[in-house]
Amino acid sequence: MPDPQPASVYDLDHKAEVENLATFAVLVDNEPGVLHRLVGLFAARGYNIESLTVAETDRNAHTSRVTIVTRGTPHVLGQIEAQLQKMVSTRHVQDVTRDPNGLERELALVKVKSLGAERVEALRVADIFRARVIDTTHESFVFEITGAPNKIDKFAELMRPLGLVELSRTGVLSITRGADGM
Amino acid sequence: MTAHQTITAPEAAETEMMSGAEIVVRSLLDQGVEVLFGYPGGAVLPIYDALFAEPRLRHILVRHEQGATHAAEGYARSTGKPGVVLVTSGPGATNAVTGIVDALMDSIPLVVITGQVATHLIGTDAFQECDTIGITRSITKHNYLVKNVDDLPRIMHEAFHIATSGRPGPVVIDIPKDVQFGKAAYQGPQAVTHAHDYRPQVKGDAGRIAEAVTLIAQSRRPILYTGGGVINAGPRASALLREFAELTGAPVTSTLMGLGAFPAADPKWLGMLGMHGSFEANHAMHDCDVMVALGARFDDRVTGRLDAFAPTSRKIHVDIDASSIGKNVRCDVAIVGDAASVLEDMIAAWKSMRLSMDKTALAEWWREIEAWRARDCFAYTPDSKLIKPQQAVERLYHHAKDKDVYITTEVGQHQMWAAQYFRFEDPNRWMTSGGLGTMGYGLPAAVGVQIAHPDSLVIDIAGDASVQMTMQEMATAIQYDLPIKIFILNNEWMGMVRQWQQLLHGERYSHSYSESLPDFVKMAEAFGAVGLRAEHPDELDDKIAEMISVRRPVLFDCRVTKEENCFPMIPSGKAHNEMILAQEARDLGSIIDDAGKRLV
Repeated sequence: MPDPQPASVYDLDHKAEVENLATFAVLVDNEPGVLHRLVGLFAARGYNIESLTVAETDRNAHTSRVTIVTRGTPHVLGQIEAQLQKMVSTRHVQDVTRDPNGLERELALVKVKSLGAERVEALRVADIFRARVIDTTHESFVFEITGAPNKIDKFAELMRPLGLVELSRTGVLSITRGADGM
Repeated sequence: MTAHQTITAPEAAETEMMSGAEIVVRSLLDQGVEVLFGYPGGAVLPIYDALFAEPRLRHILVRHEQGATHAAEGYARSTGKPGVVLVTSGPGATNAVTGIVDALMDSIPLVVITGQVATHLIGTDAFQECDTIGITRSITKHNYLVKNVDDLPRIMHEAFHIATSGRPGPVVIDIPKDVQFGKAAYQGPQAVTHAHDYRPQVKGDAGRIAEAVTLIAQSRRPILYTGGGVINAGPRASALLREFAELTGAPVTSTLMGLGAFPAADPKWLGMLGMHGSFEANHAMHDCDVMVALGARFDDRVTGRLDAFAPTSRKIHVDIDASSIGKNVRCDVAIVGDAASVLEDMIAAWKSMRLSMDKTALAEWWREIEAWRARDCFAYTPDSKLIKPQQAVERLYHHAKDKDVYITTEVGQHQMWAAQYFRFEDPNRWMTSGGLGTMGYGLPAAVGVQIAHPDSLVIDIAGDASVQMTMQEMATAIQYDLPIKIFILNNEWMGMVRQWQQLLHGERYSHSYSESLPDFVKMAEAFGAVGLRAEHPDELDDKIAEMISVRRPVLFDCRVTKEENCFPMIPSGKAHNEMILAQEARDLGSIIDDAGKRLV
C-alpha cells in the first residue's frame, strides 16, 4: 500500500497508486459554454481527458450527454466525480467503469491501403471483426467498425502491417444494461 | 405591502412588459436587495438609467470595480445576505475579476452583473468588449450570458438561488446592451421556471451522523475543527456549535475563515489553528484521537505536513461540498450537508442515543491542553520606545471589544496578528481574504460592512503595503459618510514577504521594502478624512480612543517596529507539533528543509 498521506498537499499526486482508465457519463443542461465549463474544469485541475463525446440527447429537456474517458488514481477519480457533480449545469454523473452493468462502445473509420495478399487479408480480418466496408477503390478500403475500445485497438493493430493509412475514432459512448435509465 | 404593489402581484406581474434594464432592477427588488455596489460605463447605461428612477435600491459608487466586489463581499459576510455588483463591459468586468475569485475561494454569495456589447457586436472586438463569460467561467460558481431578454427574469432569480444555496459563491450575469433595451414579460421569483435543477444536499445522512456521534463519544482526545462553512450556515449553526461543544466538552479550534463561530471567551476555545495559529490548537490537532471537521476544507495553511497531520486521529468531515471531502485528507466518516442541519441532527442523535464522554479521559486531555496553553504562545516583549504590532492590535481590541465592532483586514502579517490578538465572540464580525489572500481586500470590504451596519464600529486592520492597493475607496467612504477606521500597522515593509525572505532566503530582501510611502496623515486629509499617527507606545491608547470617537473616516498611521516577525509559526513542510515559538526562532532557515522551501 502506498503512503496514506504525502508530505504536503503540493505532493498530492499519489504517484505510488495505480492509475486506471475510467469512463464517466454526464448528463448536462445543454446551454452555451457547458462543454467549455466541463473541459475547463479538467484543464484547471490537471485531470486527463483520453476521449470526449458530446451531443444533445433530449431536445425538450435541453440535456446533452457527455461521455469522458479519463485516467487517474482512485483518489483522483473520486475527485473528478465530485467536481463534475458540483457543476451547476450537471444533472447526473455516472461512473460507468465501476458499474458492473456498464456498456462501452466506440465507432471507428479505418482506411487501409494495400494490394494482393495483404488486401485479401485485410478483408478477412475485417470480416472476423464484423467491420463493414463503406468505401473501396482498387487499392483501398474504408472500414466501419464498432465495439469496445480494446476491440478497436486490436483491429487497428492488426491492420497496421496490412497498410493502415488513417484512423478516425468517435471516442467512447456508454450506457447501462437493463431496463433502468440514468 | 403597499396598495400599489398589490396591484402588480403575481398574475399581473407575469404579463407586465418591461425593458431588460427594468427587469434587472425589478428582480433585484424582488430578491430583497437593498444595496448594490457599482461603477457605470457605456454597456450598463440602460441599467443605470433604470436605477435613476428607483429610490428603493441604494447604489454605492466605488472608485474601482475591484472595490465594488470586495465591498459586496464585506456586505455579504457581515449580513449573511448576497452582495450585488454592477459594472460595465471590458475593463469593468476584468477589474472585478480579483474580487470574484476571492468570493469563490472564500464561499461568499455574490451576484455580479456585467454589461456587454450588443449581441450583434459580440465577437467583433468592439469597443470595451471582452469575453467576460470565458474569463469568469472558472472563477464563478456559475455564469450566464443573456442572449435573449425573455430569459432575463429567469436568469436573474436563478442566479440568486445558485449564489446563496449550497456552498455559496459568485455568479456572473453578462447582459448585452441590446438585451437591456429589449422588452419582455417580467416574472417574479416564484413564477420563473429554473433551467437548472440545482438542489444541493442540506441534510446529512442519518446513519453517518449516528456513526459520527458514536465515534465522538468513544473518543478520549476529541477536537472540533470548524471553518467558514459554520459561518455560512448562518447564526443558528454557531449557536448549535456552542451547544454541541457544551454537550461533549470538546475543545474547539477554527480556521481563519471560521473565527467568531465559537466565542473566544469560552474556556473551550483554543484559538485559530494552522501556520500562524495557537500552540495549543495545533498541538491538540496533532494529538487528537477524533477530529470533527465542520465546514472546513483542510487547506494547506491548516494542515502543514500532511503525512504527519493528526496521525493518530479518526476524522469526521462535515461539508456541504462533497468535493471538499477527501480532497486533501482522507476521512473516516464523511457527511455531506449544511453545518447547521448536521449539527442539529448530531445534537439530537447524541441526546436520543444517550451518549456521554469518558469524563476521566477528557479531563486528562484538558490537562494536556492547559499545559500547551501555559506556553503562552502569543507572548511578546513590549518595547518602551517603539510600538510592537502585536501590542497595537491588543490595545485596539481593548478599546473596541465592548463596542458593536466589525473587523476587516488586508493580507499579510497584520492579518495574522489581527487573527491572533483580536478576539471574536460572534459570527459575521470578521471579514478577511483567506483563500485567495487578496491584498487590498480590507478597505473596500470595510466600506461594504459600514453600509450594512451604519452605526457600528468598522475597523480595517491594514498593512502599509496592502492598503495602497485599494486606497482610492477612501473617496467612497467620504462620499457616503462612512466612518470606517483604517488602522495601518506601518512597518514600511511588505512584512510577510520580508519575513519569508529573512527565514527562507538568506535575508536577501528582494524588492520588499517600500522606499517611498505616502504620508498617510496628509493622504487622509487630501481625501477629506481624518489622519492620525502614533509613533510612541505612550500615545497609542489616546490615539486609538480618538480614532474610535471620531464619527468620520480615519486613516490611522500606526508606526510599528519594522522587523517584527509573525509567530508562532509552523515552518513549511513541518507538522503541527513542530511549531516554532517566537523565542525559539533564531535560525529558521536551518529548520526548514529544502523541500519545505519550495512550498508557498
